[in-house]
Amino acid sequence: MTGPSRSFLHIRGVRKAFAAPGGTTVALNGIDLDIERGSFVSIVGPSGCGKSTLLLIIAGLVAPTSGLVFLEGRKVESPPPSVLYVFQQYTRSLFPWKTVERNVTFGLENRESLSREAIAARTREIIGLVKLTGFERHYPWQLSGGMQQRVAIARALACRPAVLLMDEPFSAVDALTRVGLQELLRSLWRELGLTVIFVTHDVDEGVYLSTRVVALSRAPGTVAVDLPVELPHPRDQISTRALPQYLDYRARLLAQLFADEGLIETEAA
Amino acid sequence: MSDSAGPENPPLAVPGAKRPSRLAMPWQTRWLGVAFIAVVFVLWEIAAASGTLPALSFPRMSAILATWWSLIVSGELLGELVPSLLRMFAGYFLGVTLGILLGLLMGYFRFFYNLLEPITEVLRPIPSPAYLPIVIIFLGIDDEMKIFMIAFASLFPVLLNTYSGVRSVDPIQLQTARTFGVAGRKLVWQIVLPAASPYIFTGMRVSLAVALIVMVLSEMVAASSGIGYFILSAQRGFKIREMFAGVLTLAVVGYILNRLFVAIENRVLAWHYGYTQQQRN
Repeated sequence: MTGPSRSFLHIRGVRKAFAAPGGTTVALNGIDLDIERGSFVSIVGPSGCGKSTLLLIIAGLVAPTSGLVFLEGRKVESPPPSVLYVFQQYTRSLFPWKTVERNVTFGLENRESLSREAIAARTREIIGLVKLTGFERHYPWQLSGGMQQRVAIARALACRPAVLLMDEPFSAVDALTRVGLQELLRSLWRELGLTVIFVTHDVDEGVYLSTRVVALSRAPGTVAVDLPVELPHPRDQISTRALPQYLDYRARLLAQLFADEGLIETEAA
Repeated sequence: MSDSAGPENPPLAVPGAKRPSRLAMPWQTRWLGVAFIAVVFVLWEIAAASGTLPALSFPRMSAILATWWSLIVSGELLGELVPSLLRMFAGYFLGVTLGILLGLLMGYFRFFYNLLEPITEVLRPIPSPAYLPIVIIFLGIDDEMKIFMIAFASLFPVLLNTYSGVRSVDPIQLQTARTFGVAGRKLVWQIVLPAASPYIFTGMRVSLAVALIVMVLSEMVAASSGIGYFILSAQRGFKIREMFAGVLTLAVVGYILNRLFVAIENRVLAWHYGYTQQQRN
C-alpha cells in the first residue's frame, strides 16, 4: 500500500477508540493532516482531547482503531527509525542507571553501525549542542529538570531523526527554564532541518515556536482549527510575542479552546 | 518539579551506607552493638565459671574461643568450611541463574506465567527439610543432593522478585527503547534487567541466607565433611567446645557473606539509591 506521492507525513482518517467502563471512549475521530518536511507543527487542545494519543500513533507506538499514517509514502505500523519521540516525563524516559553520556549514546549504539570513535564524536557534538558539556558523567537524576529534558532531546537528536515528536516536553519545568528550552529547540530545528510535531496545552508556546498550529477539539478529538503561523524568523521571546499577528493567532486559538471548554460563548474563529 | 537541584549536587553518593559520624560518641554508633556482644560473652564467661550454667553443656567462653583459635590455626575448620562453601555457591548460583531466567520468562510472557505460577505457588511453601528425603532417594547423599537442595531453595526468592521487577519496569522506558528500535533480547539485556535489578538483588540477598541454612541442614543429615557435619559430629562426640566453635564460625561466615553482598549491591545499585532518594526529595 502506498500513500500519496511526493509526500512527507500524512495522517488519513485516524480514529482511536478505547474500551472504557460502560462502553467505548472515542479519543480521536477522523484526523486528517498533511505535514510538510521541515515544518514545526504544534498540536494544542484541552486535556483529554487525544493529542498525546495522536502523537503516539504517529510514532507507531499505538495502533489507530482505523485510519492510516504515511511517512515518506510508507505506512507506519511500528516505530519508524527516522521518527523519535521525546516524552513529557523525562524522569521516567531517561535510564537512571546510565550516565548522561550513556543515555545519549543509547540510540546510536543500537541503531547504527558506527565506529566507537564516530559514536564518541557525535555524542560530544550533540552534548555540546544542548549545552551539557561537563555533565557527561553525571546521572540524569543528579541534574535539574531542564537539564534532564535536554538529555532526552540530545538522545533523540544524536540519531539524526527526520521527525521529532514531542509530547508536552517543557510542561514540567519552571517558566524561565522553559524559555531557555524553547530557544534551544528553535535553534536546533533550524540548524538540523528537523520536522517537529509538538504537543502542548500552552497556546502561546505553540504560536511562538511553530510554523503551524493545529487545535483539536475535546473528545472525540477532531481538527478544530488549522492555522499557518506566518511570523518572521528569527523570533524573539519579547518582540515576537508583541507583534499584532502573534496576538491575533493567539486570540483565535484561545477563542476556540475557551469555546470548547464552555468558558466563553462566542463561536470559534 | 523544581529546577534548582543543580549540578552542584554531590557526585554519586550511596545514602544509608554512611552516616555523618564526625562528632558521634561511641554509644551513638554501631560500636555500641559490638560492645554489647562483648558484654554477653563476659556474662557467659562468668556464668560458666561460677557454675550458674551447666558446665558440661556450656563451657567457658574463653575455652570456646581458645578451641576455636586452635581449630583455625590447625586448618581443621578451613578444611570443613571450604567444601561447604563450594557446595553452597554451586547451589546458590544455579538457583539464582534459574530464578532470574524463570522470573524473566514469567514476567515477560503471559504464557509462562500461566504455566508456571501455580506450580511455583505449590512448591514454594514446602520447607526444605520436608523434601530432603525425596531428594536423597533420587540423588543419594553426596554433593549432587546438597547442591540440588541449595539451588532449589534459593530459586524461589529470586524468581518471585525477578518477576515483580520485570512487571514493574516503567512502560515509558520500554516505549522509549522501542522508538530507538530496541526490542527482543536487546531489550531484556539493556532495559528490563537493569531496571529490575533492585528487585533481583533483594531476592538474591534473601536466597543467600536461605542457601546457608540449607547447606548446614543438608550436611547435618548426610555428609562426611562440611561445617554442618562438623558441628553435629562434635555434639555427638560430646566435644562441646568444638561444637560451639563451629557455630561461631557459621556466624562469622554469615556475617562476612552478607557484608560482601551489601558491598557489591551498593556498587551495582548506586544509581538506584541516588535515584530513589532524588525522587523522595
